[in-house]
Amino acid sequence: MPDTAISSERAETLPDGGMGTARDFFELLKPRVMSLVIFTALVGIAVAPGGIHPVIGFTALLCIAVGAGASGALNMWYDADIDARMARTENRPIPSGRVTPGEAAGFGAILSVFSVMTMGVLVNWVAAALLAFTIFFYVAIYTMWLKRRTPQNIVIGGAAGAFPPMIGWAAVTGSVSLESAALFLIIFMWTPPHFWALALCRSGDYEKAGVPMLPVVAGEKKTRGQIMLYSLALVPVTLLPGLMGFAGALYMGATAALGLGFLWLAFGLWRTRAGAAQEKAAMRLFGYSIVYLFLIFSLLLVEKLTGLGAFPASALLPAM
Amino acid sequence: MDEEKDEGERHKIGAPHWTEEQIKRRRQRNLAIAWALAGFIVLFFVVTIVKLGGNLANRPI
Repeated sequence: MPDTAISSERAETLPDGGMGTARDFFELLKPRVMSLVIFTALVGIAVAPGGIHPVIGFTALLCIAVGAGASGALNMWYDADIDARMARTENRPIPSGRVTPGEAAGFGAILSVFSVMTMGVLVNWVAAALLAFTIFFYVAIYTMWLKRRTPQNIVIGGAAGAFPPMIGWAAVTGSVSLESAALFLIIFMWTPPHFWALALCRSGDYEKAGVPMLPVVAGEKKTRGQIMLYSLALVPVTLLPGLMGFAGALYMGATAALGLGFLWLAFGLWRTRAGAAQEKAAMRLFGYSIVYLFLIFSLLLVEKLTGLGAFPASALLPAM
Repeated sequence: MDEEKDEGERHKIGAPHWTEEQIKRRRQRNLAIAWALAGFIVLFFVVTIVKLGGNLANRPI
């Protein structure tokens, strides 16, 4: 491959480090991804049974945020070569030469160790172990192993993004439970349709970079079908919190309605053919998927904070 | 002799070929690290107080 890594001629023009500003290093933490991680982890902390001192809760959230940011920095270190070849990522700190790969690797490694150890010492070691596993999963399993090898990369790798609410739950209870696994499953099932909708519009970029995303390997028609299938699986999974008794009627009603919206957009995308219509439908589903996940977790939070969750979803069911 | 000393001083700061801009950025990064470490220390202090809670006053005198 002629242009792997930050090719040698570019490397000669790059300074040997020391050019990055504090802002460049902050950018390595993928702050936009981090914001969703923080929010879902906050919901995990809020809905877990029992309570947590606000300072300890804040500490857990901070550790999760820094741990997620650290794995983002390690991801950018390892993927600097493919980032340089995609329009969406070519201005990231490493491909643009503002931060050297070594600086990013050191930064990510130090923050990983600090976030896990701080979580262990100040919160609890179950949450710390889950955080360590999440960082390992994102960096080693997803970034290093799956991303360049299989179109199932984001299906399996999506687990890394699904762990934060489970870590938040573990920060409060010191354990892993079926309820926290339900929160995990929601994000896990949401990830494929969310990313494949984006990949449908960026498949040229992924192909150029040699990343085997589903539209590149299996084609757009197959991708649209897979998005439809995962959407059909996602909607029932989002109802699990109500069925398991830790979300109420408001959550169930609103989530079912939001789910129908998701299915409608996925169906619309499935029916289109390649071209501008497909791109429009895919971007609409992608945009909706972000709002969808945010609203589902917001509903859990609102119910918990207002006590509305005490009105059980089962009250809506006909009496047996 | 003085020149040699100057050269030594420059090596001491570890970046003999750095431009003014690089040195300015390094200073910014150093400050960011200092703030982060200060925050880290405060966090450990506050959490320690929270964990000790009411027991803080119960120690034997």
